[in-house]
This record gives sequence, C-alpha cells and structure tokens, in this order.
Amino acid sequence: MLKLDHVSKTFNPGAVTEKKALTDLCLELQPGDFCTVIGGNGAGKSTMLNTVAGTFLPDSGSIRVGEKDVTRLKEHRRARYLGRVFQDPMMGTAATMSIEENLALARRRGQRRTLRWGISNREREEYRRALAGLELGLEDRMSSKVGLLSGGQRQALTLLMATLQKPEVLLLDEHTAALDPVTASRVLKLTDQMVRENRLTTLMVTHNMNDALAYGNRLVMMDNGRVILDIAGEKKKKTTVADLMEMFVKASGHALSNDRMLLG
Amino acid sequence: MDLVKLLNQLPGAAAQGLIWGLMAIGVYITYRILDIADLTVDGSMATGGAVAVVLIMNGWNCWAAVLAAFAAGMIAGLVTGVFHTTMGIPAILAGILTQLGLYSVNLRIMGGANLPASARKYTLALSSVNVGRASFSNPIFIMLLVTAAVICLMYIFFGTEFGCSLRAIGANGQMARAQGISTGYGKVVGLMLSNGMVAMSGGLLSQYQGFADINQGRGAIVIGLAAVIIGEVIFGKVFRNFALKLLAVTIGAILYYLVIQAVLWLGLNTDDLKLFTALVVAVFLAVPYWKNRVKAAGHRRGGKADA
Repeated sequence: MLKLDHVSKTFNPGAVTEKKALTDLCLELQPGDFCTVIGGNGAGKSTMLNTVAGTFLPDSGSIRVGEKDVTRLKEHRRARYLGRVFQDPMMGTAATMSIEENLALARRRGQRRTLRWGISNREREEYRRALAGLELGLEDRMSSKVGLLSGGQRQALTLLMATLQKPEVLLLDEHTAALDPVTASRVLKLTDQMVRENRLTTLMVTHNMNDALAYGNRLVMMDNGRVILDIAGEKKKKTTVADLMEMFVKASGHALSNDRMLLG
Repeated sequence: MDLVKLLNQLPGAAAQGLIWGLMAIGVYITYRILDIADLTVDGSMATGGAVAVVLIMNGWNCWAAVLAAFAAGMIAGLVTGVFHTTMGIPAILAGILTQLGLYSVNLRIMGGANLPASARKYTLALSSVNVGRASFSNPIFIMLLVTAAVICLMYIFFGTEFGCSLRAIGANGQMARAQGISTGYGKVVGLMLSNGMVAMSGGLLSQYQGFADINQGRGAIVIGLAAVIIGEVIFGKVFRNFALKLLAVTIGAILYYLVIQAVLWLGLNTDDLKLFTALVVAVFLAVPYWKNRVKAAGHRRGGKADA
C-alpha cells in the first residue's frame, strides 16, 4: 500500500549544517498495516513522513502509494491519497473557520473545488453523526470557530478530517505529543478505533515506546535515517520496552539517546 | 471655521468614501482573507482609472469601461501572483515590483500623467457634479447600489467550495495543502480578484472626479488598510457574518473620508495629509500588538501572585 524504495534526503548539502536525514530508506506497508515508528532525535521519523506527504522531495529513491508513483508529485496533488495529522494541534485545522467548514474542506480532499455552495445540508447531517462519534460534544457546536477548541478537540477533529474521505495511507506525526497524558490517551484510543473501523493503512510516529508497542500490528525503529528494526504480529505482541531498548543497542551499536523518549 | 462649509463637503466625502470602500474590499481580500500585504494596489488603482477614461474617450459605454478596468486590474494581480508563486518573490516585494512597472504602463495607457474626462462631454457612470442632487444620478446613490451588488457577489463567492478553499489558504496554508488545495493557484486567483476590485474602484473614482491621474493610487494601500482597520475596531465585536464584515470595511472607508474632511476643515494643510494618514494607520495597526503585550504582562504578574 505504501512503498518507500531506497529513499535518501540530505538537508543543506555541502554546507556546515549538512544533515543526512534519510539514507537509503526502504519500507513497505501492506494494506491494513498499522505501523508505529520510533527512534531517537534526528533519526529521520518526521522526515520520512514528510517525504511521503510531499512537504519536500527526496534526493533519490521512489515512493509509491497504492498503485501510484508519487515521488515527484506536489504536496497538494498527492493529498488525495493521504490523511495527515500533525504534531502541532494548530497545524491540521483552520482556526478562523468553523468546525463544519473545516470538515467540508476535508470532505472535498482530492476533488475539484467548484462554484457550488461550500456545504450542503445533507453533509451537515453526515458531519453531525461523525462528530457525535467522537463523544466530545462537538456535534452541537458545528458553527463554532475551530480556534475556540482545546488541543485535544482539535486533534480529534483533524483525525476525523483525515479519515472523512478514506485515505490510502494515514500519516500520524507524533499527533499526541503536544497533549496532556489523559487527552493523549483518549486521542490514541480514538485513532485506534478509526483505523480499525476503516481498516486504514497507517504510519504513526510516536516518542512513547509503550504506545508504539500497544498499538498497531507492526513496529519499526529508525536510526540515522534508515530502518534498523522491523517487528510485526505475534513477535511485536510479546516484546516489552526493555526488549526494545536491548534490540536498539544491538541494531544500532549505540545507546538510545532521546530526552523526549518515554520509556515507561 | 465655517460649519456650513464643512456640512457642504460631507456628501462629497461620503461618495468618495464609498468609492474607496470598494478598493478597501479588494484590500480586505488579500490582507485579511489571504493574509498577504499586497502593494500592487497603488498601481492598479491608477490603472483602473486610466483604462476607464481612455475607453470612455474612445466611445465606450461608461459601465463597460468600469468592467474593462476590473479586467485590467486582474491582469496586474496575475503578474504579482506569478512573481510571488512561480518566481518565489516575497509577496510584498512582488507587489512593489508590479506597482513600479505599472507606473510606466499607466503613463502609456494615458499618454501622459493626467487625462481629463469632463462630465459635460461624456456620459459618465457617476460624477461629483451631481453629488448635491436628489436624483438617481447622485454618486452616493449609485455607489450604494454598486457596493451592495459587490458585497452580495463576494458573500456568495466566498461561500462556494472554491471560495472556502481560498479562505483556508489564508487561515492555514499547511492545512490547505494537506487537504489537496493548491495554495499557489489560490493566491494568484485571490490577487487577481483583489486587484480587479481595486482597479474597478479606480475606474469609478476617475469618472467621479472627472479625470484620471498617474498619482491617484499613491498611498492607496494605506487608505485601504485604514478602512479595514477602522471597520474592525468599530464593528469587530458585533459583525460576525462575512457580508457584514465587508459592510464594516465600506463604512470604515466612509468614516475615513469624513474624518479627513473634518481635519482639513480644522486647518490641516493638504500637503500634510499623507503624513497624517500614515501616522494614524500606524497607530491603529499597533493597537492589537499593544493589547497582546498588556495581556501577556498581566499573565506574568498573575503567575507571580499565584506562586
């Protein structure tokens, strides 16, 4: 469903600040895979997600989403295949527009924007039901500006927006990192529920090892811009955080350094 | 200090305010909706006047000339948009470049720095001559109709799927791209629409005053911003609906011209007018920033008191 083939990306090549973010990265997701991604600071997790999303183009290698080669496709052109939720709750929604307007924008992802009216009444009913599913009471505030919502509510809304038009791949970039622990776990449960219900192929970057193990059917660990560990199914289920730490040292040859990584 | 003299000048100020109100709606599109400060308008305001007057002199219908001015403004906006999106020039600089280039273009169109079009010689859409008359030819009446039509069209346009996508671009470009909206294309269309509106206002202004002038757009962006900000300061809390927000911009422009008329009456030298305007707009632009700083300082003090 998603295939990264020998993808490399270097920022500021030739400069003092040169940074090899991705080096010959290969990763393939099967339809329905829910893959969590962990790794130290600068391991290339976000860069990988951003290359898939098209925020910038890779220096070499190719990216396929479904049957489509999207390697050189502009960000807004490949958006039709991708649902995205960002780390910053501000990033995924338009604060000055209402909840229903945001949903209507997302509902038309990948379609031509015509001169037809922006939201129909039939859609409103659809949104009301979908919002009720979030159990945050947002279905009664559909014409409120999104800027009035809390970070957790905005992430839940962004998640809904990402899945309203079923994406081929759902990209989650530490989407609970900016939330308090209680809200973070609620949003994660919601994520899991949505991924299951829609059987979405998902790539979720997280800095929380417990979450990385608890959710999804597959886990990859990144270091120095490549995948160094890839476990799935039963093997993943049996793995503990301590195992993970050990595997990391063995695979990378150095200790895991990440002041943000949550171990327990 | 003759009060009657001031009162006599107020209808003219209101008519001018309504004409500039259209221009300010153009500025609102870029400055508020797309979040771009577009300086093209100083040039496209004069372009609109030049195109309208030249066409009228060549026998065009006065309203067709206004529409042609709109089209000319759209071309100016297209140029700025291409400079900005496909050539990667920062929006402000792109606008300045187009504005500078338009100076020559405007001279070419007019064949000089000033071009008179007297209401006695030509049929004009509106004229300052009729400002005191109680008839349908009164420019205030005509401009009220034009403004109402423009606000209606804008309200409908920005409610459509495409219009919503333009609003999303200004609100959050990253989100817009993630939803499959081309931010470059949207910005170009927005700039075209905005400058079309500005040039249309220029075309009406030239007919109103009976001449087109190479300098009629000088400082237009500042007047446009003044109208937007005055409208927001006064009606920001009450007017939530988009159409009402545009109405607030129009009223802002009218108030601006009434105030200008009043300070001139109070004895301000006409030569000092632009300096006065610039300083007033600077203060108004600073108000939200100061408000935030006061709020932040309050939070800091509050934090200490808690600890």
